[in-house]
Amino acid sequence: MTTELLSWSILLAQILLTLAMACAVYRLLRGPRAQDRVLGLDTLYVNATMLLLTFGIRTGSTLYFESALVIALLGFVATAALAKFLMRGEVIE
Amino acid sequence: MRRWLPFPLLTVALLVLWLLLTGSLTPGTIILGSILAIGAARALLTLTPPKTRLRRPRAAFRLALVVLAEIVRSNWAVARIILLPATRQRKSGFVRIPLDMRAPYGLAALACIITATPGTLWVEYDSADNTMLLHVLDLIDEEEWVRIIKDRYEKRLVEIFE
Amino acid sequence: MTNAADLPAWAALPTALLLLLGAGLALTGSLGLLRLGSFYERIHAPTLGTTMGISCVLLASMLFFSVLQTRLVLHELLIAVLMVVTTPVTLMLLARAALYRDRSEGCDEVPPPPPPLPSSPDLPGGSPQTQVSTKVFERT
Repeated sequence: MTTELLSWSILLAQILLTLAMACAVYRLLRGPRAQDRVLGLDTLYVNATMLLLTFGIRTGSTLYFESALVIALLGFVATAALAKFLMRGEVIE
Repeated sequence: MRRWLPFPLLTVALLVLWLLLTGSLTPGTIILGSILAIGAARALLTLTPPKTRLRRPRAAFRLALVVLAEIVRSNWAVARIILLPATRQRKSGFVRIPLDMRAPYGLAALACIITATPGTLWVEYDSADNTMLLHVLDLIDEEEWVRIIKDRYEKRLVEIFE
Repeated sequence: MTNAADLPAWAALPTALLLLLGAGLALTGSLGLLRLGSFYERIHAPTLGTTMGISCVLLASMLFFSVLQTRLVLHELLIAVLMVVTTPVTLMLLARAALYRDRSEGCDEVPPPPPPLPSSPDLPGGSPQTQVSTKVFERT
């Protein structure tokens, strides 16, 4: 009973996280301005980290944890670099 | 001692992170982790960060509890704003807040606390007249926000860092 | 799904609840990206996912693996530390970049930069406005 409950709630959580990623992708694609796209990308990275963690719980393997850590790190570096670029890119114009 | 271990707290924290990452407590990983942590702390010495000392760890702990409670509360508040249809005219806006604190670590901690709390965002700091620009999602009263920032956070941070 | 069967009920129930709460908060935050009107309102929304959302999922993961492997599994704390350190930094950088872009375009919705005090020495770690404008000066 509880096993089924857990597996169903993992599935539901994954669906919710996928929907959240879809929202972030919408913001990434539609803009309207560059900072909105970067914000969407940052949210996408965080949601992807959480989705990988739920995959880890689903399969019972700790392997997913490491990929989640790498995604979270990449998200930070990418967002920081893009935000810096937004400030400097305008200056060069 | 001072030369070999310039930042003892940071060194211990790095060692703990290394042990968590490898997930084992064998002597080999502890030795390797210690070497890496000491090396990293000494590398930080070349950046010559401004000196500080964590005064009053109990006050810092109490501040952490306050921040935690505030984050949970404002998560709930922001989720309500997003999910429920707008019942009243909600207005968001900028507030410029004059600060008394000058300690760089205190200001950094204040910036992180404000930004990590949903619904408030630290936008800009002006070092010339020591003011910060705050963006609030649900802005009702500007004076109230100045008071909240000063009473809830700045007073405790001054106590910890100055 | 193979290992979840070994989990006792007292651990499975909190894991499920924490997972659902975390995923729900992340979805709420991402919905905020769609629903809120301006950029400065939208930048508040993802904070839901990066504070309580991911901590709920991390707690669920720690509980699940600790009970499953009957030892303390704490490496999820690494992601928690990373999130605590990085989220404010990225959001502040992004807000500053947006503010700078809006100001340079002469947008009315953002407040103007504070007037520079005459002959005040520029302290390190000053406002982005002064740093950027010195950069303009060097380039031209």
